[in-house]
Amino acid sequence: MKHVIVIGGGIAGMQCASELLRQGVAVTIIEKEQDLGGKIRNWHKLFPTFTPADEVLTAVRHKLKISSNLKVRTGCQATSITAKKVTLSTGEELKCDAAVIATGFTLFDAKIKEEYGYGIYDNVITSADLEQMFNEGNVRLAQGGTPRRVAILHCVGSRDEKVCQRHCSKVCCVTGVKQAIELKQLFPKADIFNFYMDIRMFGPGYEEMYREAQTAYNVHFVRGRISEVSPTFDNRLQIKAEDTLTGRPLKMGVDMLVLLIGMKANAHNTLLSKECQLQMQSSGFMQPKDSFLGNVTSNVGGVFYAGAVTAPKNVGESINEGTAAAHSVIEWLEKR
Amino acid sequence: MINFGFAINKPRAIDIDRNNLRKSNEIISEMPELQACIGCGSCTASCTAGNLTEFNFRKVHTLVRRGEYQGAYEEMNKCMLCGKCRLVCPRGINTRGIVMLIKRKLGDF
Amino acid sequence: MKRSSWTEYQKDIADDHYYYARSCIRQNFFPGSEKVFLDILGKDLGRDIFDDPLHTSCTGIGYHSDVVPLETIMTVVARQFSLMAEAGYENFTSSCITSFGIYTELLATWEEFPETEERTRENLFKATGREFHKPKNLAHTSDVIFHHREAIAQRAKRKLVNVYTGEPLKVVEHIGCHYAKIFPKKGVGGSEFPYVLAGMVESWGGEVVDYPERRHCCGFGFRNYLVQANRGYSVANSHKKLESMAPYKPDFIVCNCPGCSMFLDKWQYTIAEMEGTTYGQNGAGIPVLTYEEMAGLVLGYDPWELGMQMHQVDVEPLLDKMGVEYDPAAKYLGRNGKFLGRPERALVNSCSQETLYKMKAL
Repeated sequence: MKHVIVIGGGIAGMQCASELLRQGVAVTIIEKEQDLGGKIRNWHKLFPTFTPADEVLTAVRHKLKISSNLKVRTGCQATSITAKKVTLSTGEELKCDAAVIATGFTLFDAKIKEEYGYGIYDNVITSADLEQMFNEGNVRLAQGGTPRRVAILHCVGSRDEKVCQRHCSKVCCVTGVKQAIELKQLFPKADIFNFYMDIRMFGPGYEEMYREAQTAYNVHFVRGRISEVSPTFDNRLQIKAEDTLTGRPLKMGVDMLVLLIGMKANAHNTLLSKECQLQMQSSGFMQPKDSFLGNVTSNVGGVFYAGAVTAPKNVGESINEGTAAAHSVIEWLEKR
Repeated sequence: MINFGFAINKPRAIDIDRNNLRKSNEIISEMPELQACIGCGSCTASCTAGNLTEFNFRKVHTLVRRGEYQGAYEEMNKCMLCGKCRLVCPRGINTRGIVMLIKRKLGDF
Repeated sequence: MKRSSWTEYQKDIADDHYYYARSCIRQNFFPGSEKVFLDILGKDLGRDIFDDPLHTSCTGIGYHSDVVPLETIMTVVARQFSLMAEAGYENFTSSCITSFGIYTELLATWEEFPETEERTRENLFKATGREFHKPKNLAHTSDVIFHHREAIAQRAKRKLVNVYTGEPLKVVEHIGCHYAKIFPKKGVGGSEFPYVLAGMVESWGGEVVDYPERRHCCGFGFRNYLVQANRGYSVANSHKKLESMAPYKPDFIVCNCPGCSMFLDKWQYTIAEMEGTTYGQNGAGIPVLTYEEMAGLVLGYDPWELGMQMHQVDVEPLLDKMGVEYDPAAKYLGRNGKFLGRPERALVNSCSQETLYKMKAL
């Protein structure tokens, strides 16, 4: 029986593993956290349908049937990956016939953008923090009470050379629109302002949701990047931006600022590219063999990719890549 | 008071906290489609008045939405109501209706 | 205020043996500050600091006003560094923020574009016959005081505390733009949450105020305020800051930049005379101090020896609050006891002299 190691137990890795098991291949999943599931575990609802993230995760988990052919190793990382062998951070070496890298991404650390005061001003939160608040059913200000005005800032740690993140994280725009609607549903009287540089609605139903946010929910969209956040005398936050469509500086006090943090490549990718001769893009994400015909294939034979390890992707794309990677692995194993 | 030969500049920033948004909210609630503007500029590009005067429909209605009403009525008076902007608007906004609404709401500013 | 990252921006600040470069503006507007800096370093802290009569202006004012070309300022700066080396020093400390910015920028330029260093080396030799040297350590004088802040706290005669209420004094710190906005890593605490002045204030018992326009420029900008026609938007920046800080009722403002100290102090006079607005709690202006004056008060120096009579906004309400003993009659006496003359009455100082801080009499 062939044995494939899947590194990363998020949605892409789990989907890939269940497809491989279905095709009669033995699978070992390597997961650095204590549980499978990845980043989606901390998300509340998914754009653009407001499907509970938990629903999707449960379905993917459910598909991954417990069998003697499946082994799961949690709490460890892969330090070296080839088609024949994967070395773990514990020093162990696992033999295999192919490997799939589905290690995903790292959330951008908003503290690096010091001017926004994340970690300094209590009501400056990230999109991930807000999802957690939604999950806990506890969206409120640090000092208690509900927000009357919220600003949502796009592109924090994306399209920003100052923090070495030139790429677009792609999913933040639509997340910002989704979260604006969710906030509006919770606090119908609150004013929500989205500050964006471009609105990039790349998927089906996204543009429609954006329009709905504008007209049905009266979410305000201001084209301009917030440049600075400071506290006000009444314990709010003053934000400064340019309203570029009127050509004038703009300032306002808000109760809460949500930073839409981007998807950053894992620092681990640098190690992979050095140790395993896997090609990396200038963005730090791994380089697939071909943009059209080899999205889940690496430059090294028998090593494959699935999900956000190669670029920012949404949930649907990541799950699809799990399936696609499994198919490519089978194809490769058949040729051996 | 001493005259030092210069005046202290007034702030240019749109200050949302100081602006009274009541009229702006009324306008948006009467015609929510105005919020759907994506700033493409098709209206201004094809504007009869805007090609020969400073009139910029997109800019004026954006300022109105931010609570900057000064001069909006006079600006909207430049509109010839030819209707070209409504034809070209990709978001299907009833731009002529917006012109009339702003004039009706902001005649006093 | 909360800060998360100032310790990540640590710069090397030499501990001893400094070559001192003065500031053009401060020598005229705050001469006492430079004198007391030398005294604090030399007498209080026992450090070796050399005040070289041979050094000149860095020509920064001319450079920023488009009258001194880049090559010229590079040569002038190279001469300063070379004087330092000739005097046997390798730690350069400058009193002016813009000079500090220029020195930092030129050292970076020479590093990045070695051909400019080569040209400067030649120009220096042709013009002065001197050898080109670079300092081992470059620090602004506020960095030096920051470095010794705990030693100063140990020698403190009084704290930044309101002696009548026991509350810490509320201090607005204003950092000159050229200190860390050009090279954030060259400033203690970086550019968004600089700690150089806040560190002193906290070590000496005061409380720093974070307010909406804390990071905003004072509006100095050299060529801008120098031209009368541009002065309106230059002043407007200080105006904006003062408006923004006033609700926090700061007891004083402390600056580390010559231009900012001058602006925030003197524009309060201008604004009061033009618009009738003052920003202090007692109806007068908010006193503006240099960090040396703040250190001097903490160390027990006489305010008139610190040159505080040169301020536009009267400092007496602050001195009273801090419990500083001073002789009102000696305010306008020069160093030799000669009467310097008295400034005309100004709106910015027109509060009752019997303010609530004259509690001693009660």
